[in-house]
Amino acid sequence: MATTATGEIGAGGRPVAAASNLSARMARSWRRNGAGYLFLTPWLIGFFGLTLGPTLASLYLSFTDYDLLTPPRWAGLKNYEYAFFQDERLRHALWVTFQYVIWAVPLKLAVALALAMALDRSVRGVGLYRAAFYLPSLLGASVAIALLWRLIFGADGLVNHLLFVILGIKGPGWVTHPDYALWTLIALAVWQFGSPMIIFLAGLRQIPQDLYEAASMDGAGPPRQFFRITLPLLAPVIFFNLVFQTIEAFKAFTQAFIVSGGKGGPVDSTLFYSLYLYIEAFENFRMGYASALAWLLLVIIGVFTAIAFLTSRYWVYYEDEGR
Amino acid sequence: MTMPGTSRKSAAWQSVSRHVILLLAAFGMLYPLIWMAASSFKPDNMIFTQPSLIPSVWDFSNYASGWHALRVDFTTFYKNSFLISALAVIGNLMACSLTAYAFARLNFRFRRFWFAMMMGTLMLPYHVTLVPQYILFLNLGWVNTYLPLIVPRFLAVDAFFIFLMVQFFRGIPREIDEAAIMDGCGPWRIYWRIMLPLSTPVLATAAIFSFIWTYDDFLAPLIYLNDMRQYTVPLALRAFIDSSGGESLYGEMFAMSTLSLLPVFLVFLAFQRLIIRGVALGALKR
Repeated sequence: MATTATGEIGAGGRPVAAASNLSARMARSWRRNGAGYLFLTPWLIGFFGLTLGPTLASLYLSFTDYDLLTPPRWAGLKNYEYAFFQDERLRHALWVTFQYVIWAVPLKLAVALALAMALDRSVRGVGLYRAAFYLPSLLGASVAIALLWRLIFGADGLVNHLLFVILGIKGPGWVTHPDYALWTLIALAVWQFGSPMIIFLAGLRQIPQDLYEAASMDGAGPPRQFFRITLPLLAPVIFFNLVFQTIEAFKAFTQAFIVSGGKGGPVDSTLFYSLYLYIEAFENFRMGYASALAWLLLVIIGVFTAIAFLTSRYWVYYEDEGR
Repeated sequence: MTMPGTSRKSAAWQSVSRHVILLLAAFGMLYPLIWMAASSFKPDNMIFTQPSLIPSVWDFSNYASGWHALRVDFTTFYKNSFLISALAVIGNLMACSLTAYAFARLNFRFRRFWFAMMMGTLMLPYHVTLVPQYILFLNLGWVNTYLPLIVPRFLAVDAFFIFLMVQFFRGIPREIDEAAIMDGCGPWRIYWRIMLPLSTPVLATAAIFSFIWTYDDFLAPLIYLNDMRQYTVPLALRAFIDSSGGESLYGEMFAMSTLSLLPVFLVFLAFQRLIIRGVALGALKR
């Protein structure tokens, strides 16, 4: 602390020699910046070594052929050309992933909003219900749940057993049938509506109750209240959940891997984009192509996010607008 | 306009029907989990033929045989999982809080720039760094060690936790730091003696979520660990599908799956409030 004390006295306008002035300024600059950068050091190493460096390396590798054994060979646009014009499996993986995103995200958000509204008006035991609805989301990312799903929707799994006992129907092997396998994964995603529900609940609490009271005085029924008050005032929260869940859905990997036994089957019907990327990189060792796939995904997610943000001007109103 | 009496009656009805619906929904949500736990106590031949949730016989043999069903037993897998998770939690807490303190409280050149960079990494999908990081760790000779799973945590790569902590640190009144500076405390002492002790809620939230995410993580162990003696619990469960081939070991698989959910479940029971509040902050993913 002694150096800073002299530094401050020097800065206080007392005549000091130029040399000591310089050292005082350096000491002050160190005091200003040094501590910050010292605290930042671990992050800076991680940022350059594990994030920025690899990101640039990935961009470079996407223009090469690389199998880990021989050094990367420059291939120009070959990987991208293959991805755009020839790779039927990629086209299929994209189709599977889009279907998953388009069904799972809106369904999940609709269920989450419905239950958040059912839980809102100070229901007794809110805490217990909320815990019960949230638990699947917390556990759902695990391999154990994916295994469970595999067995529930298997040919002689729980679902078919119940179908047989209750309706007398002999159901198909849902996870082994190409028409249904993706739907089991969509169901698994919807089952995990807990975190958007909690975010909706927090959002609903922000809506002033007197708005509803005023509306019902004016004779507006529940549907009208929902469309005229709840939805517009909740728009920022819906927007957040939508963007976030969409990105998460594009990144989904573990559940598809386990349910399909690591292959994306049957007949590639659960070949999620991330799973395809994994197979290309770590089973076929096409590191260059996998890097190109990673950059394509980055662009796809970026485009989706940009669309969401650009259109949000027309449907998301923030209360503090018009500052 | 209805009479006050009838409207009160209909309100009571509404409340009852609401509870019935909510109870049914909650039961439906939890049914698969309860069914799995119940099945883990049933002999294989009764799992699918007897969908009741209370086993007629309590059979613990699935747990005993499941524990030793693979070449390596689950003692090793749990040790590995807990070791990796514990180190990841420590790394995340230390590195992310240091970074967050710098962003929230210290002044240095280009702070805004670095902060923007940090926020940018939040949006970056893991796919982009996956391959080059693998190549890096391969060249460092770290494949088949736990280093690729642990070292990044000590370098604050989970920007999400940094963001969470920055938000929290900014909420701590600056007067406290200023008083400490007057008393001659340097940044390190302010960070260690004042900020961290005042930040237990956010540190606990970060610890809980980094434990759960590391414990459940599947992709990174899948890529970096090849020797079964190094497997984490999720990898071991996955090996169950491979080794049982025709999936005849249902009971054992259920027993080990149920057991593997227990740590996260217990964390949830113990820290429910913190977890729910963490999610409600609008930033947590699960």
